[in-house]
Amino acid sequence: MNNGRRHTKKAFPWRRSLWIASLLAPALVVMVLLVLWPLLSAFRLAFYEFNGLQPTGFIGFENFRKVLFEQPYSGWTYNALKHNIIAFVALMVFENGTAFLLAYALLKALPGHRIHQVIVFLPVVLSAVIVGFLWKLFLHPLFGLVNQTLALVGIGAIPWLGNEHTALGSVLFANVWHWLGFPTLVLLAGMQRVSKEVIEAARLDGAGDYVLMTKIIWPLIAPSVTIVTILTFIGSFNWFEIPYVMAGLTGSPGGATDVLGLYFYRTAFGSTTTGIQDFGQGSALAVMMFIIVAGVTAIALRYLRRREIEL
Amino acid sequence: MSATAHRGQSGELLRNGAIQLMLGLNAIIMIYPLFVMVMSSFKTNAEIFSSPFALPAHFSLANAERVWSETNFVRYLANSVGITVAAVALILLFSTMAAYAIARYQFRLSALVLMFFLSGMTVPLKLAIIPLFIQLDSLGLVDSYAGLVLVYVAMGIPSAVFIMTGFLRTLPRELEESARMDGASEFRIMRSIMLPLARPAFVIVAIQNAVPIWNDFFFPLVLITSDNLKTLPQGLTVFVGEFTTDWGVLFTGLTLAALPITLLYTVLSKQFISGITQGAIK
Repeated sequence: MNNGRRHTKKAFPWRRSLWIASLLAPALVVMVLLVLWPLLSAFRLAFYEFNGLQPTGFIGFENFRKVLFEQPYSGWTYNALKHNIIAFVALMVFENGTAFLLAYALLKALPGHRIHQVIVFLPVVLSAVIVGFLWKLFLHPLFGLVNQTLALVGIGAIPWLGNEHTALGSVLFANVWHWLGFPTLVLLAGMQRVSKEVIEAARLDGAGDYVLMTKIIWPLIAPSVTIVTILTFIGSFNWFEIPYVMAGLTGSPGGATDVLGLYFYRTAFGSTTTGIQDFGQGSALAVMMFIIVAGVTAIALRYLRRREIEL
Repeated sequence: MSATAHRGQSGELLRNGAIQLMLGLNAIIMIYPLFVMVMSSFKTNAEIFSSPFALPAHFSLANAERVWSETNFVRYLANSVGITVAAVALILLFSTMAAYAIARYQFRLSALVLMFFLSGMTVPLKLAIIPLFIQLDSLGLVDSYAGLVLVYVAMGIPSAVFIMTGFLRTLPRELEESARMDGASEFRIMRSIMLPLARPAFVIVAIQNAVPIWNDFFFPLVLITSDNLKTLPQGLTVFVGEFTTDWGVLFTGLTLAALPITLLYTVLSKQFISGITQGAIK
């Protein structure tokens, strides 16, 4: 990189600068216009009152006060937030837990492990809209594949998406099916980097699978666990498409599947059922979601990185 | 000694058997729903409801014909192809240009420019959708292909610049220097000497961006309202609304929507997997 100045610079400094600038210009213009400016505006707009698309006046923290402390908005906010937190915990346990076991199984490189990797990753490349609708049909109380299968063993029809106790779990299940391949292959890649000698040495010392998995592999794949945890967190707090497709814009039944992404979309762009459309409150929600995601990610990164070193 | 070795071996066999059983079960859970989806697309409603596990009585294309003639499916498909191709092409073009400047030339602010692009990777653009919407509205780009494509380009540039810069930096200096000695212009050096070497990175960047753009639902939902401009995932929601009770047609729509990317994936599964997991594996 530092092998001196190029002769082009000496000969035609302005031509060289112009050439470099024109290489950078298109990407920079797009980034400034469509990322930097909207992002800065998002923070500013949260402090304004809106009439349709037009900000009409500065109102300080009023939008935040409403979504955090004034019913019915605050009730909706906390209900949605609760479901995002449940989603994160559930996905960590069920999606990433399963992924860890699968990755460990695939690490053995038994016959068929390559084709299994391709299979488990297939749903990942499909749109959440396809996956959501597919599982919505399969979870249909009368004609869905799931209840038809359960009927074979004598279990009666369960209204998976219609019952407020099972709806969120059902939507989460579809999400696990959709994304399982991603953490599986990320963790597998992490495990494959653990040196063969370390594993062999532990085996010779008489370590069984359980000890190998918990005492050797687990600490050594800490960096992969960090990245999977953070991506799961970001995914859980930006969760939108599968709940939208399977449970609708209001998170039916009765808000049992409502999440911040849906609530934000309803607030910002309105919905036929709630009738509100408020860019100010929407911006306040977006700012809070941004702060939650960025803040927790930063803190978690520090904590998890320290843990990586300690382990 | 031999007894313990023997026991160890059969224990190993048992353990591997258990692992294969678990993997087999998982493979069924992943594949069977998709298999049922495809099979149901050939069935009539009555068949789906009464014999969900059976193969179709005959492989009828009646549902596919209805999707073709009674819906805007083909239009949605064409829109998705056009938007994805345009966005990926622009991402490759803009970010390769920028990455080339950062990787191959020394200039003041070069580190700062790279930092600016990299910080874009951490921005969830979805959360800036309100100002983005206002911005595009003032440019007259709401409900247009151009507006949607621009948003995707903005979303794709940061990580593409990151990957391309990393790759372009690894190319040897000598090639470039000797061409320069021969009097080749800077543009010619970039176009004919350096960029042909960057093909593997282009494939990764293209897949990494094409898959989320092809599958995206959020941005079309907000930015596109005309039925003729809708993308495939967005069109599916219209379609499902129209054919709620006609499961044969619904399964056919889902199958056809999943088909293009599934075919590509089976051919290029290695590139897909490394492209999508790229950011998480380091």
